[in-house]
Amino acid sequence: MLQHFGPQVINLLAAVLLLLAFAMLSQRRILSLINLFAAQGFVLFLSTALVAALTDQKHLYVSAAVTLVLKVTLLPWILHRLIRRLNVKWDVETLINIPTTMLVGILLVILAFNLAAPISQLAGTVTRSTLGIALASMLLSFMMMITRSKAVPQVIGFLSMENGLFFAATAAVYGMPMVVELGVALDVLVAALILGVFIFEIRERFDTLDTRHLEKLKEH
Amino acid sequence: MPIELFALLLSPLAGGAVLALIGHRPRAAEVNAVFSSLTFAAAAVLVARVIESGPLVALGEQLFVDSLNVFLVALTAFVAMTTSFFSRPYMRIEREHRRVTGPGMRLYHSMYQLFSFTMLLVLTTNNLGVMWVAMEAATLTTVLLVALYRTHASLEAAWKYFILCGVGIAQALFGTILVYFAAEKVLGPGTGSLLWTHLDAVKTELQPTVMSIAFVFLLVGYGTKVGLVPLHNWLPDAHAEGPTPISAVLSGLLLNVALYALIRCKVITDGALERPFASALLMGFGLISVVVAAFFLSRQRDVKRMFAYSSIEHMGLITFAFGMGGPVASFAGLLHMTVHSLTKSAIFFTAGHAAQQTGTQLMENIRGLAQVNPTAGWGLMLGTVAILGMPPFGVFASEFLILTTTIAVQPWAAPVLLLSLGVSFAAIFGKVQPLVFGEPTAARLPHPPALVPVFTHLALVLMLGLFIPPSLADWYRQAARLIG
Repeated sequence: MLQHFGPQVINLLAAVLLLLAFAMLSQRRILSLINLFAAQGFVLFLSTALVAALTDQKHLYVSAAVTLVLKVTLLPWILHRLIRRLNVKWDVETLINIPTTMLVGILLVILAFNLAAPISQLAGTVTRSTLGIALASMLLSFMMMITRSKAVPQVIGFLSMENGLFFAATAAVYGMPMVVELGVALDVLVAALILGVFIFEIRERFDTLDTRHLEKLKEH
Repeated sequence: MPIELFALLLSPLAGGAVLALIGHRPRAAEVNAVFSSLTFAAAAVLVARVIESGPLVALGEQLFVDSLNVFLVALTAFVAMTTSFFSRPYMRIEREHRRVTGPGMRLYHSMYQLFSFTMLLVLTTNNLGVMWVAMEAATLTTVLLVALYRTHASLEAAWKYFILCGVGIAQALFGTILVYFAAEKVLGPGTGSLLWTHLDAVKTELQPTVMSIAFVFLLVGYGTKVGLVPLHNWLPDAHAEGPTPISAVLSGLLLNVALYALIRCKVITDGALERPFASALLMGFGLISVVVAAFFLSRQRDVKRMFAYSSIEHMGLITFAFGMGGPVASFAGLLHMTVHSLTKSAIFFTAGHAAQQTGTQLMENIRGLAQVNPTAGWGLMLGTVAILGMPPFGVFASEFLILTTTIAVQPWAAPVLLLSLGVSFAAIFGKVQPLVFGEPTAARLPHPPALVPVFTHLALVLMLGLFIPPSLADWYRQAARLIG
């Protein structure tokens, strides 16, 4: 039963992941953005746990647990606290030209699938068809970081890029060795904390979280 | 068990913990220097052991030291030590000028040690995954230091540094995943497939398509940290806005360490691919960096920013040399890494003092350094002459070797390199000359600056230009053979 439907469910979850990446790209409210990020983490947790069950890889259960703790609970909680203390909970960001962003996003997905195709063919994992999606969601998060001008959405883009990378590791090789996964998770957590401190500093100095004000340093 | 290898990693780690507790006390700067000296002592013992008994692995093969990384370990520990000596009076003056608070000093000292730790971990780890983790940690430890002064410009620089390097290094993680993917096919799953020594042993069997895609991602990722054009935007800002000791270690050490990570990946990729794919990419990025940086130099007004662009230029030159490959070019690349690191940190020390004395980093407002403070002025002048590749300094020797090899192997690139070196000479010399010899504007400082590190570095660079000790030359040759 599990062996039969498992791979299909993983493909479904991968599709949801891609959909969430697009939703984040077009979401204007910071609060909804954080919820989307938590949802992405949860889908990641489900798919990792499912791959673990399908392939009986013990260490994947651990990564799934780390994902649940870190990306579904801890990081969204930190972000929620951050926006509450900054009082930007209901902030709406004006995004330029959502349709164009979406079209560029679609092009990125095509690019990602083309890039991943030769690698997927070589992979022997049940999840190999999802590698393209992993790369695509990584590129979409990357694009989100570029198109956003507020500091908090940029941070969310950074964190969701790591989600894409994590999914890529699960899809291609059933996860990296344990020591590396834990190291990466630690780095992400520390990065989120430091960025949180930073955002406060920027707010204090500039009275705004719009990083368009951070453009003094350039070549004249 | 190689105790000195553990001491090398444990000393800065312990230093970070101790200084997190006492880093704001008056004696913290001395404690910082003591920990850095201990690290260097451990590095020196490690060098002696590796010279005597060859490469070693430890901790279940997780740590690995051969002639390539032991030379960088020694260089890193040495410059980290001299910078900690320099930092003592420098940061005291900054504290008295109220540019840094007590908690700021604690953060500074603790992060300085942790930064040393992450760099040494990148250098000594055998695991490509851990290498990535340590490299990201190196960004995290320095990002708060770049923003130490809490000014608009420094916050902006730090934000840019964080976002650009964070995005860049994410690409390197994807590259590492792909390397693991290729290795798993040959070595089977598990930590063994990420160990460099294992990868090196089976590199000819790795899947070429995957390895070539992996190398592109690794190059973009680690190349961002090396400061290769067009991924260099964070570098001048971070160097100019951070405290001077941090500019010195960023430029002198972090860029080298990132390049080291790239070279390790190149060795594996070259083994897997039959065509010179990695070499061509390295040469291309290196050459573009040299040219772009050289032409940006003349537009700079901030002294630290100008020398940051000079670092981009030199890292480009080294990357180009490793891209050409072969015993002479790789030898020259390693020599250039050494002399650039020593010279550039010496320059940042003196330039930092000049900025501290005048209260500005704008070059048009700093004049007559030689008259007010002859040692700092002459230190800056000699450092500048050295970095511009004048004989008899060591930079001349390495640049000469790189250029002659270029003429022999890649003649098309030689005029481009020569032109860029000429342009940067005119730009830097023309700006530093009035800064040192003009009508003085600088005020006296309450404490004498620590300029012993400056002249120690310059003396070493001079020595490397006149005479490379046979044991050192031998060591470079071995490392060059590893790079191929």
